[in-house]
This record gives sequence, C-alpha cells and structure tokens, in this order.
Amino acid sequence: MSRYLTLSALAVLFLFPLAWSGYASLEEPSNYLEMAGFGEGLDTYATNSVLVSVMTVGGTLVVSALGGYGFARFDFPGKNLLFLATLAILMVPYATILIPLYVLLGYLGLQNSLVGLSLVFVMFQLPFALFMMRNAFEALPRELEEAALVDGCGTFRAFSRVLLAAVRPALITVGLFAFLASWNDFFAPLILLNDGSSFTLPVAVVSMTQHTFGAVDYGMLQAGVMVMALPCLILFIVLQRHYVRGFMSGALRG
Amino acid sequence: MTLTVTRSGRAAHAAPPARWRGRKVQGWLYAAPTAVIVGVLFLAPLVLVVWMSLNRWPLLGPATFNAPDNYLKIADNPLFVDAVVFTLKYTVITTVLLSGVALGLALLVQERRPGIAFFRTAFFLPGAVGFAAAGLLFYGMLNNDFGPIDPMLQALGITGEPVKWIGTPNMALFSTITLVLWRFAGFNMLILLTGLQAIPTEVYEAARSDGANRWQIFTKITLPLLRPTLALMLILSVTGSLLAFDQFFVFTNGGPDNSTVSMVMVVYRDAFFRFDLGGAAALSVVLLAALVGLNTLMMRRLR
Repeated sequence: MSRYLTLSALAVLFLFPLAWSGYASLEEPSNYLEMAGFGEGLDTYATNSVLVSVMTVGGTLVVSALGGYGFARFDFPGKNLLFLATLAILMVPYATILIPLYVLLGYLGLQNSLVGLSLVFVMFQLPFALFMMRNAFEALPRELEEAALVDGCGTFRAFSRVLLAAVRPALITVGLFAFLASWNDFFAPLILLNDGSSFTLPVAVVSMTQHTFGAVDYGMLQAGVMVMALPCLILFIVLQRHYVRGFMSGALRG
Repeated sequence: MTLTVTRSGRAAHAAPPARWRGRKVQGWLYAAPTAVIVGVLFLAPLVLVVWMSLNRWPLLGPATFNAPDNYLKIADNPLFVDAVVFTLKYTVITTVLLSGVALGLALLVQERRPGIAFFRTAFFLPGAVGFAAAGLLFYGMLNNDFGPIDPMLQALGITGEPVKWIGTPNMALFSTITLVLWRFAGFNMLILLTGLQAIPTEVYEAARSDGANRWQIFTKITLPLLRPTLALMLILSVTGSLLAFDQFFVFTNGGPDNSTVSMVMVVYRDAFFRFDLGGAAALSVVLLAALVGLNTLMMRRLR
C-alpha cells in the first residue's frame, strides 16, 4: 500500500507540469488566437513542422527498409564497412557536425531548406532505423521470400509485395522514433534554417520569448507548448507498445 | 521440431547459402540510398569540419588557410574555458541525480502489479515532449508572476517571498537540473527496466531461499547483473550532458551573467554571433575527439 502512495505522489509530480501547462494555455482561450497570429502565423510554422516530419519519417522508412533488406539478405563488397560507418553516426556527437552540415547544405543549395533539414534528420535516424530493419528482415523465414521468388516475382516485387507487410511492426517503431525526433528537435533547425518563414514550431515558439518587445506573453507561450506537445503525447500513448519494443530490441543493443 | 528451430536460427545469422550469393549488384542497389546518405551527410561533414578548423572561415566570404590559429586561440577564449568547467560540473551532478532517480523509479515499477502500467506511462510521458517545449514549460511554470510554483510554496509556508529560480547562477543550475530530471528520468527508467527484466526470476528465488534479505539481494544480485545496463545509461547521460544546449538556450539563455553557458553554446555563439565558423569548427573537433575518446574509455571500463 505504501508503495502505491509513493507511486501516486511521484505520478502527481511528473504529470503536474503537463496539466498546468494545459490549464494555463486555456485560462484565456485568446492565448491560442494570439499565438495563431504570432510572427509568420502558426499555420506557416505548423505546416513546416508537418512537412519536415512527413519527409523525415518517409525518408527514414524508405532508406532503412531498402537498406535493411539489402543488409539482411544480400552479400556485397563493402557491406560490413558501410554498416559500421552507419553505426558510427551514433558515436559522433550530433552537435559537432551541424556547423559543417550548415556549410555543406549551402554547397548543395539546401541551406534554409526544409528538404535539407529532413535529410539531416534521416541521417541521424539511420543507425537505429537500419539496425531495426535489418534485424526485422533477418527474423523473417527465408521460405517467405523463396515462395514469392518461385511465383515469378523479382526480389523487388517480393520485397514490396510480401516482405514489407511482414515487417510492419518494425516500420511503425522506426516511423515513431523518426517522428518524435524530427517534430521535437530544436538545435538542427535553429542552425540550418535562417529565415522566419521556414522555421519549424520549436524554433518559432522559442523565438516568442526572445523577439517580443517588453513582456513575454506567458499564456500564449503555454499555448505554443501545448501545440508542440499534444501530437507527441497522443501518439506516444497510442503507440506505446511499439516504442517500448523498439527500445528493447534496437536502442539498447547498438 | 528441434530441427526447424536450428535451421531458422542458423538462417538468421550464418552467411546466406550459395544460391543467394552472386546478387552483388542487387545488394548494392538496396544499400545505395544508405550509402549516399551516410557518405554525403555524415562522412563528408566529418572531413569538412576538420578542414574548416584549419581555415579562417567567416560566415560569408572566402576561406583562407590559417592552421593552427583556430586551435591556438581556444585557450584564449575565456567563455569556452568557463564553459568547460560549468559543463563538467553540470554533467557530474546531472548524471548522479538522474541515475539515482531513474533506478528508484525502475525498482518501484519493475514488478507487474495492477495499475503499474499507468505509473510507467506517467513517469515516461514528459520524455515524449520535446526538450524545447519542456524548457518553455518550465520557463512559464517557474516565472514569479505567472507560474503556480511560487504561490504554492508560499501557501505551504515553505518560502516567504518569490524564489529567483533562474536569477542566480546556483538557482539557474538547480532549476535546469530539475527540468532535466523531469524530462529524462522516465526515459532512463525505461532503459533500466529492460535490464531488470533480463534478470531471471530464478536467481532471485535462489537467493531468497538461501535466506538473503532485500538489501543483500539488491547489492549482491540486482546491481551486479544490472551493470551493463547501468553502463549504457551512464554513457548516454554523460554524453548528453556534455553536449547540453537546448535546456540552457531555451530556459536560462546562458544567464545570469553567462554563468550557465555550456560548451555547445559557445560553439553556436562563435559560429552565428561572431561569424567565426573556423573557430567553431576547431571547438567542434576538440569536443568530438574528447567525446569519442571518453565513450571508448567508458565502454571499456564499464562493460
């Protein structure tokens, strides 16, 4: 019983800030209206965030599913080297290569571009995603693929028609991690985007505290917090099972 | 039955059988997108950051070779020297507290009991919120005029007047660490839970039947068997804390009086306020080398 009392007290501590932020944002419903008109407009920032998330999730899924299948089922020269190079992304602290990435994206004409930002996110997601997808494809029985090949499918049709459906849980896990990372990240868009109209939500809402003349509108700020946090909270609660599984199988053994 | 298990078990790890080979070109095609992303967006910037650090590289305009000036001037950068000391202090305090809290939470929720899933979710939920959003949340929550914490503490008679949550260097550090604990304790609890659940229940039963008490079980069985998981958590916490940026940029903005400027914040300021990309690149190279070295060392020592 005392265990449940401790747990309940702790749960109140952990949930209180979220509950308060929701309450504070709604205390004056005009908070949301004011925020909608802030800077370039909430719709611009939200659209940018959605675009970046969609491109990151899509890109990560395509690259890691193709790569995972290639690594699980084919032998090719340089395979181990490429796999190690991908895992090495985990070893290199993210913040230390954003400065050269900023310069490099300039060479590629992708500075201040949502596409460039998404590609960078795909790269950061790749070690975890590729590891997850390779393991998922390896765990499939070979018979599944052989049956499809015997039926006259090429490997790509076997991959796209049969195998992809069989690794769906891994795809959901990879997609969820990619979404949370790209939707929430602050440092990469802060560095790689330099024009207000291309800001994603975190950069735009943080700029509310720095670009408002005089007093910060705290109610409006909490409305911004809610707009950023709610999609993640809902998605996490709905897909919790997949998150924890990804954690157990991929995040830890890297 | 046994046969099937062995076969599929082998199929998962052994080299593919002969008829699966000879598909090198196809294999490369599947791996090509990975190779392009890794080559262009990871290996190339890795080379570029070293090259940039050897040049005077302004934000706009041409670069000129000036090695090793960017490295020599690091020692003369008082902001960075202070930031190293501050970041190390922050890392030690955060890692100790975070490990303790996460371990406590994990032990509380490790057994499956009615309602325990709710508590696990409750403790993790702040981890789903972005760090920038979490920083802004605390920025409002601890504000003296707008936030609820000051009135609550005063009503309880704990404090008489508003607390300067981010007004003094020590309080700013304390408040930031509270934010980090709130945001990351559940995440680290989840890491430790995976380790706790990998310990076979038979081990506990054997210890109990040998008459071991709870404390003995914890120190003689749980902690040693949890060592690899604890090591992973420590590595993640140390690396994450040494690279701290969001919490200080969003929540304290480096203040008061630059007392909470982290190392990565100096890199950012050098690059985008002093327009000195070469200097920022040299700092990045130093950080990168230090962290890779530290990670390797920790992995060797702890695993």
